[in-house]
Amino acid sequence: MDDLYRENIIDHYRHPRNKGHLEHPDIRYHDVNPFCGDEITIELKLDGDRIVEAVFDGKGCAISQASASMLTEEILGKTLDEVKAMGKDDILEMLGIPIGPVRMKCALLALKVLKAGVWGLEEWPE
Amino acid sequence: MTPMTASPALAATTDRVAAIRRDFPILAREVHGRPLTYLDNTASSQKPVQVIEAMNRYYREMHANVHRGVHFLSETATAAYENARLRVARFINAPHPKQIIFTRNTTESLNLVAYSWGRANLKPGDEVLITEMEHHSNIVPWQLVCAMTGATLRYVPITATGELDFEALPRLLTERTRVFAFTAMSNVLGTINPVAELVAQAHAVGAIAVVDGAQSVPHLPTDVQALDVDFLAFSAHKMLGPTGIGVLYGRRHLLEAMPPFLGGGDMIREVKMTGSRWNELPYKFEAGTPAIAEAIGLAAAIDYLEGLGLDWVGAHERELTTYAWNRLHEIEGLRILGPEPSRRGGLLAFVLGDIHPHDVAAILDQDGIAVRAGHHCAQPIHDHFGLAATTRASFYVYNTPEEIDRLVLGLYKAKALFEVEG
Repeated sequence: MDDLYRENIIDHYRHPRNKGHLEHPDIRYHDVNPFCGDEITIELKLDGDRIVEAVFDGKGCAISQASASMLTEEILGKTLDEVKAMGKDDILEMLGIPIGPVRMKCALLALKVLKAGVWGLEEWPE
Repeated sequence: MTPMTASPALAATTDRVAAIRRDFPILAREVHGRPLTYLDNTASSQKPVQVIEAMNRYYREMHANVHRGVHFLSETATAAYENARLRVARFINAPHPKQIIFTRNTTESLNLVAYSWGRANLKPGDEVLITEMEHHSNIVPWQLVCAMTGATLRYVPITATGELDFEALPRLLTERTRVFAFTAMSNVLGTINPVAELVAQAHAVGAIAVVDGAQSVPHLPTDVQALDVDFLAFSAHKMLGPTGIGVLYGRRHLLEAMPPFLGGGDMIREVKMTGSRWNELPYKFEAGTPAIAEAIGLAAAIDYLEGLGLDWVGAHERELTTYAWNRLHEIEGLRILGPEPSRRGGLLAFVLGDIHPHDVAAILDQDGIAVRAGHHCAQPIHDHFGLAATTRASFYVYNTPEEIDRLVLGLYKAKALFEVEG
């Protein structure tokens, strides 16, 4: 049964990597998924246009939080242009599990937050 | 843990439920290689073959537009559509079928009252009273109409056990209150509200009482005259009928005085380029070609429910709910929202440790178990309890204790997968 909840998903959810906040992030972005209340903040430290530190904070379902945890590992050392080029397929490959249409929003929230931050979008007011 | 066995009373209903299940073709299907366990009835119920066939027969043999043609089919369709209205009127003991307005669903029925009655009657200084346990469809229309008219929206708070705070009611329900709109049964807490008593209190201060019956009408006998409600809204799809049709019952003099909600065909008596005069009830509120097949489907659903007997429906659900309440409480770390089974309808919303409800529901789905996860269109309740979401299992005429056992097993699986302590 546990296609969706492979060990790596549960592991990243229960023991998230790079969870927390940076003292002086170069980029910070926060967004929510109103459908399920998932919430993710991503903060980046840059060296030039290269990501040297990436952390996240948030709450929500295993898929959304594991996706954020994995993403902070995935983007370390990448340039901002490389992040801008990332898409849905990169996340699905990273997660390695079948994601149906309803859970797609959970899986993609972290990437949405990351890209909005990298593109320098204004956060929605609370 | 040793699983509890079902009560003798439950065993006695087994044959009856087995026969009922044979009427619902969808219950025979498999999901992810497992038998379907459908426990999402609060969101929408399944349909018996009697409803499906009634709608098929209409399209095969009777279809034409209603209230328009003088030809045979139009008259046949009109008779069937109006007969459905009569069927609904008798089901809730409405004094006259003119007081039954067909809408798309409960949401549209409540919007009709808020927009039509509300815009004509509310002014600054007036108050609209609703409760903290409402579905969004009985909150948002009132927020909108209050913003339009300058009236003030107030909420009756809920207690720790998920019931209305009756001590707070006297200071909220005052001579400033023009309308008191409340649910007869909460879709999250399961709480059954004392409708007749609340209506009487509304009338005592000169307010009208609007009742959201989306969850109560499918499960409990409803008598609009005994309850003395001014408006009652409900949906067919939660009571074995089709989607796309709902009902608004209204007190006649209120409906007569209200302006139309939507304009168009069938709702007019006379249209001139300078203005129009409205059709009589109920057509004033039924602009455009209505959901004819769906009305016929709703009538078939009422026939089916009355065949079972609403008293039996309620008793069956209470037994299932009590059984589920006890079995779910065996699971350590599981917390159910709302009052105990004797004071609630057939639904249980719960949290399981710190596992997100979407994960719980997704794990159950892998075993073919359908439950709802989320805020169930009732965010204020979840805010009250400090939760973003809950998982909800809900029961209807075809559910069995074995299905609740499957749910419990699935929840243990979720716990094991997420290594929840306890």
